Amino acid sequence: MSPGPNLGKDLLGLEYLAAGDIRLLLDTAEPFKEVSERAIKKVPALRGKTIVNLFFEASTRTRISFEFAEKRLSADTVNVASVGSSVSKGETLVDTAKNLEAMRIDMVVIRHPSSGAARFLAERIESNVINAGDGKHEHPTQGLLDLLTIRDHRPIEGAKVCIVGDVLHSRVARSNIWGLLKLGAEVAVCGPQSLLPMGIEDIGVRVFRRVEEAIAWADVLNVLRLQLERMQSGYIPSLREYYRVFGVTEERLARAPRELLILHPGPMNRGVEIDSRVADGPHSVILRQVTNGVAVRMAVLYLLAGGRPELAEAAKGGGAGGER
Amino acid sequence: MKPVVIRGGRVIDPASGRDERTDLVIEGGTVAGFGRNQGTPEGAEILDASGCVVAPGFVDLHVHLREPGREDVETIETGARAAVAGGFTSVCAMPNTDPVTDNQAAVGFIIAQARRAGTARVYPIGAVSLGSRGEQMSEFGELVTAGAVAVSDDGKPVATAHLMRAALEYAQSFGIPVVDHCEEHTLSRGGAMHEGLTSTRLGVTGIPRSSEDVIVARDILLAELTGGHVHLAHCSTAGAVRMVREAKARGVRVTAEVTPHHLALTDAACEGYNTNAKMNPPLREAPDVEALRAGLADGTIDCIATDHAPHHYDAKEAAFDDAPFGVVGLETALGVALADLVERGVLDLPALVDRLTARPASIFHLPGGTLRPGAAADVVVFDPASRWTVEPATFFSKSRNTPFAGRALVGRVRWTLVDGRVVHGRAS
Repeated sequence: MSPGPNLGKDLLGLEYLAAGDIRLLLDTAEPFKEVSERAIKKVPALRGKTIVNLFFEASTRTRISFEFAEKRLSADTVNVASVGSSVSKGETLVDTAKNLEAMRIDMVVIRHPSSGAARFLAERIESNVINAGDGKHEHPTQGLLDLLTIRDHRPIEGAKVCIVGDVLHSRVARSNIWGLLKLGAEVAVCGPQSLLPMGIEDIGVRVFRRVEEAIAWADVLNVLRLQLERMQSGYIPSLREYYRVFGVTEERLARAPRELLILHPGPMNRGVEIDSRVADGPHSVILRQVTNGVAVRMAVLYLLAGGRPELAEAAKGGGAGGER
Repeated sequence: MKPVVIRGGRVIDPASGRDERTDLVIEGGTVAGFGRNQGTPEGAEILDASGCVVAPGFVDLHVHLREPGREDVETIETGARAAVAGGFTSVCAMPNTDPVTDNQAAVGFIIAQARRAGTARVYPIGAVSLGSRGEQMSEFGELVTAGAVAVSDDGKPVATAHLMRAALEYAQSFGIPVVDHCEEHTLSRGGAMHEGLTSTRLGVTGIPRSSEDVIVARDILLAELTGGHVHLAHCSTAGAVRMVREAKARGVRVTAEVTPHHLALTDAACEGYNTNAKMNPPLREAPDVEALRAGLADGTIDCIATDHAPHHYDAKEAAFDDAPFGVVGLETALGVALADLVERGVLDLPALVDRLTARPASIFHLPGGTLRPGAAADVVVFDPASRWTVEPATFFSKSRNTPFAGRALVGRVRWTLVDGRVVHGRAS
C-alpha cells in the first residue's frame, strides 16, 4: 500500500512527525467528523482493505474507536486479542508479525505493553502499522484526538496546556507533549515528583509540583488516569491523599484566573484524579474527545492507506447508500 | 613442541617494562628470550610480526560462557575459541550457569571442558552463595582447591550487606577477591536502560545511576571494615569512579573493571529500541563515559573486562523490555579499545596492553599477563593499524548480540598463542 503524503508507512508516535504532518492529520479529520453524525455511518474509502486490530493489552475504548473508524471507512477488520501466553511476549510478537505478513493484510493496529513494540512490528512487515499504545512510549491517535479537541475550542499555538498526574507511566502524556510542542503550545506537567519522568524539563516542558500552581497557569488541563497499582508499588502513599493534594476539583478550578478546558483520556477514576463535578461540568470536553477519536482514527487510516487529503471531503461524500 | 620465533614486532610487556622492536623466542612452550642474539632454534616456526604489536595474551576477568545450561548460545569450547580470536588467552568464567558453579564438581567440570577445548585458559569463578541465592555462603575453600580464582554472584549483587561482609572476611583465608555486580534491585526493578532523557523519550523504565552507586558505596565500606578485597565488576557510572578513586586513596582494598562498551557507547545506542544495546549495567551518558575513561587512564579503574554475555538471536529479536540483558565482547574488545581509547589519546598502547594483561592478572593472582623469560608463552600478535568492520556473522562465538555491528574498528589479531602453540591465526 502506498504511504500517505509525507507520513511514511506507519504512525508510531507524534515525536517522529513534523508539525505540518500533524496539522494535515487534524485537517483531514474534520470532514470525517461529519460521517459519524449521519444516519448511515459508512463511506467506501477503504473498501477491500483488510485491517487487523492486534491488542496484546486490555483495551475497550481505543479498540472500539478504531473498529468504528475502520468499519465506517468500509474496511474488512479482524480483532485479535492476545494476552501473554507461556512463551515470552517477544517471541509471540515476531511470530505474529510473520504470520500477519503471510496473510497479506494491509494494515495493523497494535496495542502492546512493551515500549517500542509498534516500531518492532513496523520494521518487520510491509503493511502499515498504527500504534494504538506501546508501553509507556506513545499513543499517537490519543495525542491527535486531544489536539483536535483543543483546536475545536481555541488555537493550539500559544495555548498553555498542563498534563496532570502520572506522567512517568503515561504514553498519552508523551504523545501530547510532542504534538503540543510541535504545534506551538506551551506545555507543563504537574504531579508528585515520583510520578514525573527524569529529564522531562530538557524536552522543553515546565514542571509544577502543586496542582494549584498548574491551574493558575494553564488554559487547558489534561488530567491523566492514576493507575491504582501506583500506590502498591510505592510511588504515592494513598489515593485519598492523591485526591486531596493533586485532585482536579471544582474548588481549585474556581480560583483559576480564567476558565479552563478539561480533558481526560479515560477511563476516569472519579474522586481520585478528577472530581465528578469537574468531569461532568461545563468545561469538560471528555466526551467530545471520544467522538473526535473516531474521526482522527479515520483520518489516520485514510491517509496511511494512500488517500489524498484533498479528496477526504469527496471520500466522505461517496458513502454507500449515504446522502450524496 | 616446535620452537616459535615471532620476528620483528614491537614487543610490549608492561609487567617487565619492555617496549622495543625485537624477536620473541619461544621454546618448550615458554618465553625463552628476546633478540637476534638468541639465534633461531632448529626447526622453529617463524611468525613475521613486522608492523605488529607482540604482547602477553589478554586476560579477561569477566565472561559468561553459558556452559553448563545454555550450550545453544555458547559453550566453553566456542567461548574459548572466541577469546583467542580476540587475543585473550585467559578468561574467567562467571558462575551464573545452570547449575550454578557453587561446588567443586562444577568448578572441575569447567576446567575439564576448557582443557578439552585446548585454546584459551578458562579460570572458573565460584558463586559467593549457594545457587547465588544470597543466603548460605558456598564453600570457598573447596572451590579454590578445585581451581576457582574468585567468588561472585554476578548477574545479581551479593544480596545483603551481611553476606558481603562475611564473604569479604572469609575469602581472606584463601587470598581471593569477592567480585560484585553492583545493583540495588529496589532502585533498578523493572528497568531496561539508563534512566535519563532517552529513557523518558522511549518510554522505557530507567535504571538510575544510584542503583549502582549505592552498592559500590556499601562494598567499599565493607572492604574497609573487613580488610577484604572487593573487585567491582563492570563499573558504569561517574559516581563509581569517584568513590573507587577516593577509597583507593585511603588504602581500601578495592579494584575495578570496565567494559569496552561502557567506554565507547552512551544510552543513545538504545535509540530505535536496539536490543543489542541492552545490557546490565546499562549504557550511561557522556559524562560517565568520560569519567570511566579518565579512571582507566589514571589507574582508578584497574582493567578492561568484556562481560561477554552471549544470547540467542531469538531472545534479542524482541521488544526492548522483553529482551535479555547482555552483549558479546571478546572479539571486539581490542578493536573498540584501539579505536575509542588509543586513537582518541585516552591511553597509549603500552597502557592499554597493561589494562588488558598485567593488571587484570594481578587482581585475580593469575599466572599470565607477562612475557618474562620462563613465563608460559601466552602471546598475542596484533596489527594496531588494520581497520575492519564488525560483521557478527563471522564471529567464532555462537552468538551475535553486539552493539558494534557494522562499526569500523581498529586493530586485528594476527596470531594468538597459548603455551607457545598457535591457537588462532594462520601459521606463515
